[in-house]
Amino acid sequence: MATERQERTIQEVKDSDPVCDGQAGLKFVHVGADQAVAYITRLRDVQGYTHLVFFTAIDYIEDSIFRLTYMVHNYASRQDLGVQVDIPRQGATMESIHHLWPHAATYQRELKEMFGIDFPGSPGVDDSFILEGWTGIPPMRREFDTKLYSEQTYFPRPGRVTHDTAAYMKEKLYPSEAETW
Amino acid sequence: MVETVKYDPRSKFPPVDANSGKSVYNLLSGKYMKVWQGPQHPGITGNMSLELTVCGDEIIDCKTHVGYLHRGFEKLMERRRYIQCFPLVCRICVPEPDFNEYLFAEGTEELAGIEIPEKARWYRALTLEMARLASFLMWIGGQAAAFGMGTIGQWTVTMRDYVLDLFEELSGGRIYHMYIIPGGVRADLPAGFALRVEQTLAQIWKVLDDVELALMYNAVFKKRAMGLGVITPSIVDEYGITGPNARGSGIQRDIRKDNPYLVYDQLEFSIVTETGGDAYARTWVRLRETRQSIDLIRQMLEIMPTSGPFFQKLPNVLHWKIPGGQTYKKAECTRGEYGFFMVSDGTELPRRIYVRGPSYTHAVTLMEKLAVNVNIADTAGLMVSLHTYPPEIER
Amino acid sequence: MKESNMDGLQTTATETEQQLEDMAKEMRLANDGLLEQDKGYFCDVRPHRVEPYKGIMESFANWARSQSLWILGFGTGCGAIELRPLMTSRFDMYRYGIQARPTPRQSCVFIIGGYASVKTLKRIVRSYEQMQGPKFVLGLGSCTVNGGMYWDSYNTINRIDQYIPVDVYIAGCMPRPEALLGGFIKLKQMIREGKCEGMNKYIDDFDWYKANQKQIIHDWNMPDYNW
Repeated sequence: MATERQERTIQEVKDSDPVCDGQAGLKFVHVGADQAVAYITRLRDVQGYTHLVFFTAIDYIEDSIFRLTYMVHNYASRQDLGVQVDIPRQGATMESIHHLWPHAATYQRELKEMFGIDFPGSPGVDDSFILEGWTGIPPMRREFDTKLYSEQTYFPRPGRVTHDTAAYMKEKLYPSEAETW
Repeated sequence: MVETVKYDPRSKFPPVDANSGKSVYNLLSGKYMKVWQGPQHPGITGNMSLELTVCGDEIIDCKTHVGYLHRGFEKLMERRRYIQCFPLVCRICVPEPDFNEYLFAEGTEELAGIEIPEKARWYRALTLEMARLASFLMWIGGQAAAFGMGTIGQWTVTMRDYVLDLFEELSGGRIYHMYIIPGGVRADLPAGFALRVEQTLAQIWKVLDDVELALMYNAVFKKRAMGLGVITPSIVDEYGITGPNARGSGIQRDIRKDNPYLVYDQLEFSIVTETGGDAYARTWVRLRETRQSIDLIRQMLEIMPTSGPFFQKLPNVLHWKIPGGQTYKKAECTRGEYGFFMVSDGTELPRRIYVRGPSYTHAVTLMEKLAVNVNIADTAGLMVSLHTYPPEIER
Repeated sequence: MKESNMDGLQTTATETEQQLEDMAKEMRLANDGLLEQDKGYFCDVRPHRVEPYKGIMESFANWARSQSLWILGFGTGCGAIELRPLMTSRFDMYRYGIQARPTPRQSCVFIIGGYASVKTLKRIVRSYEQMQGPKFVLGLGSCTVNGGMYWDSYNTINRIDQYIPVDVYIAGCMPRPEALLGGFIKLKQMIREGKCEGMNKYIDDFDWYKANQKQIIHDWNMPDYNW
């Protein structure tokens, strides 16, 4: 049973116009961080979105937010729905949904490791999942420069030349086609 | 949950903590032992390790460890242009790279608003079915070998090699084809290709007859696979199980039928299901889907258009700015729902590409659940029967 | 075992106890990653160089070694997928005397199948050190040469030869089974000529290899050398 607070938030969600991105069978909805779990619970229990397809985050460093995306699927209407939640980048924390789907705990473990988003209460969220003995900032954050890290940490074999692809193509490979661009 | 049954000290299972729902055991008691399996892999499961706690030779607790093949694809794609991502994506899944290529191309086309020619859609579907065939053939060998029948692996892996020869003729690559490019496909079918495909398919069909006889009616295989790793229909949604693993439990779901993509709405096929829910039923599902795949390839070769363009000319791909937007494309691969979630912010580089692999749930949460109470010797068979592939978990 | 390499030390009366202790320390492996109570379980003797036999004996031994290459069945990267056609009836590597073994103790060829992530590298080092000598390493794919497609990845190493010695590289992404067979034939030829001294190289430059390994494997919780 939904509590009073959940009913209210769901009403707010239903009133607001969901942002649709065109394609049939796929929709994206933006909800507030405090309403998200209630809304997803409703989607699962009432509206038939019983399958959690994936759960991931997008780093918008310029707006200093993480956009969490819960993709749920309804097998009856064959509809994918992406529930998107913006949370602040600083001290990112989100409510856990492992009680709705057990495999959500794995996604949350990965998000904790790769983005540094905390999910208090999620089982094993602090265990390392993919990386072992990683000490730096979470690698999927935008400010982490993988090329710089690789050059400093590993031993690049000398001799790798990087061309500006566009200029190289123009000069060397297709000089005759240059004017068509 | 309140534990009502009093713990029997003679039971082989340790007592369960009422709050966390986890087993409580003391490794120093001598009754339980920790065994590591992997990352050297038994069969075709890829590099993944299982931390097994055993009592005698029965598993009482299992924890999956992944990350041995992590290359950071999603990070690398954030600093590559769309066309530079294209040779990268197929490396995410080695046995059937074409699904990555297809989904990446399809997502890019949708974001950029490109329509591909009709013939390219048929060629893509043909490639995907051939990849499915190759992957299933390898899986059958792996499943048999996990139960000690190496001969079947010798047959099917060789047959898979003949499919790879066809791929080599089509695209120039045996494993990584890089054939499905944004805008269409890279090349036309070579002359006489359909004939050689048909020859190979006939050969494979014959071998599948033998495999069925030698594997599915084999007393050892039946005895070991029946009742191993039972997936009940009630946990299918809860654990996000898709593909043959779900169809083995009688769930009629196939993205090719439910959300038809490419040309699957013009082909005749039905969803293969079994009702056992165990490793044996899943083997049946996959064997029958292999035959279905052969059937689909034959259908496609018959009604496929033979003339027309196969590639839609793209704008200069080096300065290709994709309009902002987000999309999720999915397809039914051999293991279940494979998906690409692509976000573009209007620049030349993708903002975020997330790859949803079916093994993510199968190998971690589901494996940890199913491994309990399984004999150590059957762990390999259980892992293979879930058809997990680690690189799509950690990417 | 612990005392064995102290035999060569000539002590003179002028040396103080402190100097003696220092020398002893130099000869031992630190095993810093292990817990204090676990250190007694593991050997801390440095590995020794293996000198070749004399004359014809060594040629015979090399010929015998080249005729039976047992590879470790550890597919460390995606290159492992082309090992399967090689093992089965189409390309059939058994006819060259090559076969896969499940454990490092029984095998002498280690195939680094492509890229190695940091987590796998730890297992590669462990497995390599557990293999019985003489042992050979085959680097498969361009990822082992210079990082290949993943040259700028934060989790894959660029050059495997900085961490363990490599005898033969097989370039390509991925190399075909024929290329692998070619690499094996090259390896056999090199073994017969006595050029595969990777194991001795590892022991000669032991400290350099260890420093490189420890530089990227941050949670070093294993003995410094796995006998």
